[in-house]
Amino acid sequence: MKGKKLSAFSLLAVSALILSGCSSSGDASGVKIEVPDIPMHESMGEFEGEVNIVNWAGFVDPKWTDKFEADTGCIVKSRTAGTSDEMVTLMRTGQYDIVSASGDAALRLIVGGDVQPLNVDLIPNFSDEIATGMRNNIYDTVNGKPYGVPIGRGANLLQYNDDVTKGAPKSWDVVWETNSPYKGKITAYDAPIYIADAAVYLMYHKPELGIKNPYALDKAQLDAAIALLKQQNTIVGEYWSDAVAQITSFAGGNTVVGTSWEILRKFAAKPNLKTTLPVEGSTGWYDSWLVSSKTKNINCSYAWMDYTSTASVNGAIAMNFGMAPANIAFCKSSAEAQAHCDEFAAEDEEFFKRIWPWTTPISTCVDGRKDVECTSFQEWTNAWATIKG
Amino acid sequence: MSTQTTNAGSRPISAYLYKRAKLRLFGLIALPMFWIVGVYILSLFLLLITAFWFVDPFTSKVIPGFTLDNFISIFTVPAYLSTSIRTLLIALAVTAVSVLFAVPLGIYMAKIARPWVRNALAVAITLPLWAGYLVKIIAMRLVFTEEGFFNWALAPIGISGPTFSIPLVILTLTYLWFPYMALPVYTAIRQIPPNLFDASSDMGAKGFTTIYRVVLPLIVPAIIAGSVFTFSLSLGDYLVAKFTGGSTQMIGSIIASNINLNPPVAAAFSMVPIAFVLIYLMVARRTGSLERM
Repeated sequence: MKGKKLSAFSLLAVSALILSGCSSSGDASGVKIEVPDIPMHESMGEFEGEVNIVNWAGFVDPKWTDKFEADTGCIVKSRTAGTSDEMVTLMRTGQYDIVSASGDAALRLIVGGDVQPLNVDLIPNFSDEIATGMRNNIYDTVNGKPYGVPIGRGANLLQYNDDVTKGAPKSWDVVWETNSPYKGKITAYDAPIYIADAAVYLMYHKPELGIKNPYALDKAQLDAAIALLKQQNTIVGEYWSDAVAQITSFAGGNTVVGTSWEILRKFAAKPNLKTTLPVEGSTGWYDSWLVSSKTKNINCSYAWMDYTSTASVNGAIAMNFGMAPANIAFCKSSAEAQAHCDEFAAEDEEFFKRIWPWTTPISTCVDGRKDVECTSFQEWTNAWATIKG
Repeated sequence: MSTQTTNAGSRPISAYLYKRAKLRLFGLIALPMFWIVGVYILSLFLLLITAFWFVDPFTSKVIPGFTLDNFISIFTVPAYLSTSIRTLLIALAVTAVSVLFAVPLGIYMAKIARPWVRNALAVAITLPLWAGYLVKIIAMRLVFTEEGFFNWALAPIGISGPTFSIPLVILTLTYLWFPYMALPVYTAIRQIPPNLFDASSDMGAKGFTTIYRVVLPLIVPAIIAGSVFTFSLSLGDYLVAKFTGGSTQMIGSIIASNINLNPPVAAAFSMVPIAFVLIYLMVARRTGSLERM
């Protein structure tokens, strides 16, 4: 019954879209990418009774799943993953319907044919209220086709111990250059996608390399980034992938400067720990819901994406995890919501313009270059393995 | 006659099996064999097979095939080779430190300590085994952070502890695996007849000579047994390096970071500790101590 009600809703939405003549022709950057041809869901049907989700910790919580289950009869089964790479591996088993993928996992899944393009007409809450910077990005919108429903985003910021640094470092050079005063007390993110952070630094300091997008590196540019990372390896105290380890490292004094997220700084709960966005800009994680191409629960999956796109649920997820919500209508809903949005710069597009959203590097150059072949994520992975001697 | 019938009637399975020795044997070993072959060896075999497979450079998906590149990379990528050697040295160091602690402790517990002290020490050695493995590693991490307990306690006398580095990895691994060395060594020393000590001293040997000439040769099998644990468990570990090693990489770190990104390389690398342990066992066999275990 509920299912039919929803399809009536989406029918309305479809006609509204047709009337307004609005169809997303946003071709992220004019880049054409080879992707397997997978049909999208045409119309809503009966709910299947369950939806299996791979998600970041804090994205799925009884606080909002209870209502969803009661409304739709779709039982939510959640599997928490710790890294993007784990998410990709889990999604490829075909046992999960939907994933909260960051951009570095999303494009990999799209190109690999593991996820399907979305029929946004069936997701009425996929609305104009989504923050501008989260729309039509190359990591989840390929060849003009949307594959992801935005959830939220966050920047990889430079965290510093103010007691030691006496003020915010202006540049990322404190974590890259061998003459850093914090040698041995530096932390770096422990994943191949961190190569992009080196590329962002090189974009600013070595324009002669011609890097236009940190996720579109040709062989020579990748080599330059790897050389920088090898240089950093000699001054790094710790690499982190585990959030708890990073927090204890900063709080315990072992780390003075390094990559962090706003939410980790909050968890550390020490007034002397602060974050800043240095002059070079930075990378960031932009998360979206993607639906498996092998899903058996397509209607429940669509219902889940629609439900979590409402301002209140999207906001609840963002507050629970500690990130900027995609649906900025949430910010206006209460004083508490506004405070959260301000803290995580949810509505500050000027801030997020300086952030390069994590995107899987693929051999097609996502900066639009056609004369060279770019390095793929597999090459990044192999190169990453050679950094930590 | 009637008694026999009653017995057979009341215990039909025993009666049935009594006449069929092969079935009896099957019943005995079916379950453990299923475990060893079906679960243990099969999964190891599947892992070994993956080591010869490719990864699609475009989608990062694993494709069956045959290549030796993954094994060759262990030797040709400098970071991989140095990590293998580093891990081997760490495992040997952990074993050496464990022996260094276990022998004097064992002698004291078995020959000198009063019964209640001996019991208290036995509990103290085994107590850490009751705590979770990860809990112990995090505990070491917290104790040895810059502003942690160790530095705080020793600051007044001007000593600062090791930071997150290789020495701390060795220390933490020793802490984790020490019971596996201490218990067999202690048991072996207890089993040395007291009159051997008397004989040694009758012939004029001092304490250290007795330990060196009498005790050590007798407990070598126990040390080898213990070292198999300390050595092989250290070889495979990666969480200790992750939480107390700073930027230290071990073989396990490479496997862990490749298990999702490049499973064939992870599979190839998982053969390295196996090779090390096999070589170690062969050397131990050469010394003849395995037969006496």
